[in-house]
Amino acid sequence: MKHIVFTFLLSFGWLLSGQAVAAPSGVKLDSAHINLRDQASLQRGAQTFVNYCMGCHAASFMRYSRMAKDLGLSEDIVRQNLMFVTDTIGDTMTISMRAEDAQKWFGVTPPDLSVIARSRSVDWLYTYLRTYYLDDSTVMGTNNLAFSNVAMPHVLWEQQGYKAIDADGNLVSATQGNLSSREYDLMVRDLVNFLAYVSEPSKLQRLDLGKWVLLYLFIFFLVAYPLKRAYWKDVH
Amino acid sequence: MFANMMNWIDARFPASKMWREHLSEYYAPKNFNFWYFFGSLALFLLVLQIVTGIFLTMNYKPDADMAFASVEYIMRDVQWGWLIRYLHSTGASAFFIVIYLHMFRGLMYGSYKQPRELVWIFGMLIYVALMAEAFMGYLLPWGQMSYWGAQVIISLFGAVPFVGESLALWIRGDFVVADATLNRFFALHVIAIPLVLVALVVMHIIALHEVGSNNPDGVEIKKYKDENGKPLDGIPFHPYYTVKDIVGLTVFLFLFSLVVFYMPEGGGWFLEDANFVPADPLKTPEHIVPVWYFTPFYAILRAIPSVAGSSFPGVAAMGLAIVMLFLLPWLDRSPVRSVRYRGPYFRTALAIFVVTFVMLGFLGTQPATPTYTVMSQVFTILYFAFFILMPFYTKYDKDKPVPDRVTDQ
Repeated sequence: MKHIVFTFLLSFGWLLSGQAVAAPSGVKLDSAHINLRDQASLQRGAQTFVNYCMGCHAASFMRYSRMAKDLGLSEDIVRQNLMFVTDTIGDTMTISMRAEDAQKWFGVTPPDLSVIARSRSVDWLYTYLRTYYLDDSTVMGTNNLAFSNVAMPHVLWEQQGYKAIDADGNLVSATQGNLSSREYDLMVRDLVNFLAYVSEPSKLQRLDLGKWVLLYLFIFFLVAYPLKRAYWKDVH
Repeated sequence: MFANMMNWIDARFPASKMWREHLSEYYAPKNFNFWYFFGSLALFLLVLQIVTGIFLTMNYKPDADMAFASVEYIMRDVQWGWLIRYLHSTGASAFFIVIYLHMFRGLMYGSYKQPRELVWIFGMLIYVALMAEAFMGYLLPWGQMSYWGAQVIISLFGAVPFVGESLALWIRGDFVVADATLNRFFALHVIAIPLVLVALVVMHIIALHEVGSNNPDGVEIKKYKDENGKPLDGIPFHPYYTVKDIVGLTVFLFLFSLVVFYMPEGGGWFLEDANFVPADPLKTPEHIVPVWYFTPFYAILRAIPSVAGSSFPGVAAMGLAIVMLFLLPWLDRSPVRSVRYRGPYFRTALAIFVVTFVMLGFLGTQPATPTYTVMSQVFTILYFAFFILMPFYTKYDKDKPVPDRVTDQ
């Protein structure tokens, strides 16, 4: 028994330890506390994404039709409110800006955001979108605590207002936005929730199926183990 | 009716004979313990990887411009594609966990010792083929870690004196890892190496069934037979070990499913975060780490300092680390197989070796800070000491008396 315990520690210690997720710049990440089952949140996130992000960023692996189905929206609502670049509901969420042009205009091609929540982590995105601050030394006049010298300007400045860094290195409000700090956090949370959904649309299906697979294996064990015992009765 | 049909087949193909020789009349020691599940689990994983792999190739595109997107297409638009992909990616890591435990079992119970040297050699060849298979498979999703991991590992061949650069160029088919590399790795991953693997597994099992299985006591069950010539301590593999292995498989699948359904990234170890960024030849990631199952050898590579600007000594040490495992049957001079009856020298050496291997694995995942580099060097020395000193500590060890028959321990 001791051996067995040791082996499992050996083999699954790898998993449990996990890889430390810290931003390269070392800023402490805030927990996004997203909920993929909150459809209203996902719908608001989709709205923010289409209105603010999709000017420059695509999610070119995500189909509108799949999104409509998963977010509990009718195809007509999606067509009228969330589709600005195409008329075909089976299309993916691409944009019209060409990569070469983007490179010329911004110096960098805005990345596709289809799986950004899996490469960056939701907590990083949640922190990143809330830690822009004024910085005269950059081209855009803004900088970011989670992503220093980021090329993207503070697109959501009207909502959050601008922040500045005080003498102690803390973020303080410089100008007032349309939303309160609490409201802005919720808006970002919805957006990050949507990005998490987009990064793995089958995730809820995966989680729901998992329970039944485990239950099946457990019941199968209740058959397999007595069968083994029965066969081994005469082995001494 | 069925008997007639079997007779007809047996007159033309030794179906019943093979069934008897390898299953119903293959006598295995009755005292197999927990550690003996990993052989059949490895076979199961080989089949799982082949079957899921076949379905993945139906939608995967081995093209630098399309590979990354085709994987996401599988994850989203292919029916059950996400499940097939996660089974395959989790299967790869599980395969190595199972194989490492299977090898450790051999090490503990002296399963490589005479007359099972060839069983061990075939097993080691399987391990090497599996590393090549996994390495090439990891390039296929064409993410940043796929790309730069391959770039780093292939450039190691460039460290070979004289022919190195041409060799690396020949492997890549281009001056950097590129479409040509992806395309040929795909061919090798889905056809060439799987064929070799299956052939080696067949030879591994044929060699095993020729000499018979070892057991936790390391005693030869063929020494004591009943009047029918059947080993007294042996039981037919089928049905005894088939029903037992089904239980083992069920428990394994339970743990495996926990990963597949609830943590398919394995905390960033099975699917690395950086691999969700498409490969970009112009942007080197901050921290390039090979997948976890290669990290012990990667740590050895980095522990050896360059000589005259060449990293060849490190590459050679890494290769030697694997060669050492091949030599085990001849390095071990003890008359005793199982750790149960070995003396304190071997037991201590084995314990240190386990810690060393795990620590090297950990160090291989970390940035090479000065402290970690020194630690890697110490553990590299310990790794090689386990093998190089083995002829001495096994010869002079105070082994315990070995029982004649298997015990119930």
